[in-house]
Amino acid sequence: MSGQSGYNPTNPVEKWLDERLPILRFSKEHLMDFPTPKNINYWWTFGAILMFMLVIQIITGIVLAMHYTSDASLAFDSVEHIRRNVNYGRIIQGTHAVGASMFFFAVYMHIFRGLYYGSYKAPREIIWILGVLIFVLMMATSFMGYVLPWGQMSFWAATVITEIFAAVPVVGEPILVLLRGGFAVDNATLTRFFSLHYLLPFIILAVVILHIWALHVPGNNNPTGVEVKTSADTVPFHPYITMKDLFAVVVFLIPFAWFVFFAPDILGHPDNYIQANSQITPPHIVPEWYFLPFYAILRAIDFDMLFISSKLGGVIFFGGSIVILFFLPWLDGSKVRSGSYRPLFKPFYWLFVLNFLMLTYLGAQAAEGIFLLLSKVGTAYYFAYFLLVLPIVSRIETPNPLPASISESVLGNKGE
Amino acid sequence: MNKSSTTFKGLVLGAVMALSGGLSVAPATAAVVGVEPELQKWTFAGIFGKYDSNQLQRGFQVFQEVCSSCHGARLMSFRNLSEEGGPLFSEDQVKTLAAEYIILDPELAEGERAATPADNWPNPFETERDARASNNGAFPPDFSVLAKARGVSQKFPFWALNYFTGYQEGGADYIYNLLVNYTDAPHDVEVPDGQSWNAYLGGTLAMGPPLFEGIVDYEGDSVPETVEQYAADISAFMMWMAEPHLASRKSMGFRTIVFLLVLAGMMYLVKRKIWSNVAH
Repeated sequence: MSGQSGYNPTNPVEKWLDERLPILRFSKEHLMDFPTPKNINYWWTFGAILMFMLVIQIITGIVLAMHYTSDASLAFDSVEHIRRNVNYGRIIQGTHAVGASMFFFAVYMHIFRGLYYGSYKAPREIIWILGVLIFVLMMATSFMGYVLPWGQMSFWAATVITEIFAAVPVVGEPILVLLRGGFAVDNATLTRFFSLHYLLPFIILAVVILHIWALHVPGNNNPTGVEVKTSADTVPFHPYITMKDLFAVVVFLIPFAWFVFFAPDILGHPDNYIQANSQITPPHIVPEWYFLPFYAILRAIDFDMLFISSKLGGVIFFGGSIVILFFLPWLDGSKVRSGSYRPLFKPFYWLFVLNFLMLTYLGAQAAEGIFLLLSKVGTAYYFAYFLLVLPIVSRIETPNPLPASISESVLGNKGE
Repeated sequence: MNKSSTTFKGLVLGAVMALSGGLSVAPATAAVVGVEPELQKWTFAGIFGKYDSNQLQRGFQVFQEVCSSCHGARLMSFRNLSEEGGPLFSEDQVKTLAAEYIILDPELAEGERAATPADNWPNPFETERDARASNNGAFPPDFSVLAKARGVSQKFPFWALNYFTGYQEGGADYIYNLLVNYTDAPHDVEVPDGQSWNAYLGGTLAMGPPLFEGIVDYEGDSVPETVEQYAADISAFMMWMAEPHLASRKSMGFRTIVFLLVLAGMMYLVKRKIWSNVAH
């Protein structure tokens, strides 16, 4: 899929450089000329938004690290110092904290777009797998970041989440001690989390580069799921997609700014303004909203299964709910990519979306009574979607006729 | 902590399961079971909110004369009291005020010195043990960020609306309602010695009713010297202490969002122009 117009340097300096390090050629081909399906809709802009968010988080994070102190006795006050005494500290810290939520919002949009339009299907399996890996790394990074202000929620989230690993047979206990740097969450936990929180975003960046590299081999999927046939189906990445993405980024910045400037604490929890105290357990320990669906799955397993304790069972389902995403390209056998042409797939997909929202809600409720029952139903459907619905639907479904090409579908739309 | 590590075995399905429930119901720290909170109209609410410096000055007076004998404010510097967006005391007033306080400084031969505007507010007790000894075993929490460490619980859909109204005054509302709801305990409740009944908490707490009519003498006669007025003033002051840059943050936010709206409009036109020759 290399360039439509190509790179023909005339300037002697450019020629000289091109023979030695063809970085301008690479940029021209991949950042400007790269042929992109002309029918991709605004759901496709979340890729650029995510790239933007990663950069925002890294820049604000680097500045915060200049003022932050990762010592259990000083961490809480050092974050307050940033908010109070560092120039624009309240904005930088607020951007970073709200940014984590916006980042996850965007990544969920990106994932669900991929799920609907079948972007995980051949030849894009590796793109999808790298994407899931990025998602897992994001979860680890944001979790460790949440621990750094060393408030009550930080401390108790660290205690509860690291405890999950203790459920693993044999190696669980050593893993727990390794994660915490001791038997309990303490200074050693905070310092290693800070170190890893600084490291992981750069690993994310590296995987993002692989993700985009893998994307630039087959090129973008599109709302029809029909592969690009001729150059009439595509537009050059610049200026068509760059300007469209930039517009989307600016729109995305509006709610982002709303939270940063008017309600920077609304996505957090008041308890995190109380300094960590190992002697006092807060009445409610709740993860950040973006972990809630998986948290609901973790808690839904409150029964023993044969020799598997309820605790280990919860952890298996929790882990499984993410691991299963890696296998998605081979679970959905339908040759038709786009959900728009799959009448049987569509209702199950939207039910999956609703189910995911329900699990998010349930993750914040007490795991008892009707909430627990619904969590079990939600967990069952989450797994059934991947293990039963997709394999079966892809075998029995008669897809609607696909357009012959992207151009035809576009003209068809205009004709209607 | 070693003990809590073992206690936390099985926490994933045990305690936490029963304990969770708060987050998306946004600010809710204390499990409030008492009377419904009366939400106040704060000058610092909303996107154009800013503190009323007169109210903050009164709140400071309440803090200094009533609260500060037990509660600290370790993150507040004296200089903050004269900064933009705050109580707006003059720099001279702050200098004079600071000089009334003693800072322990082991580097000095005397071991102590008078405070300067650059110093943080000194703690009323040297250690937690001292604080407990003087307060019937209870530890009065530091005020620095207390107004953000509390919140009122709201029912659906009211908490969901907060995301659109930007309601961030739950802490001030919590403190206000706590302070005005010291009432006689219901007949079936036995209040232990050294505890006081609070109808907002629906329970008892170690702090006795701190405010009484006329306990603080406000300058002039224009502001009523009632418990409600004191409670509102100290709540506002504590909110300022927890979030001293609120006014500048909000005004910067307004300008930022107006800018983004204009930029988004222009970007849309750019996008539309570029795509005008492509059927898509």
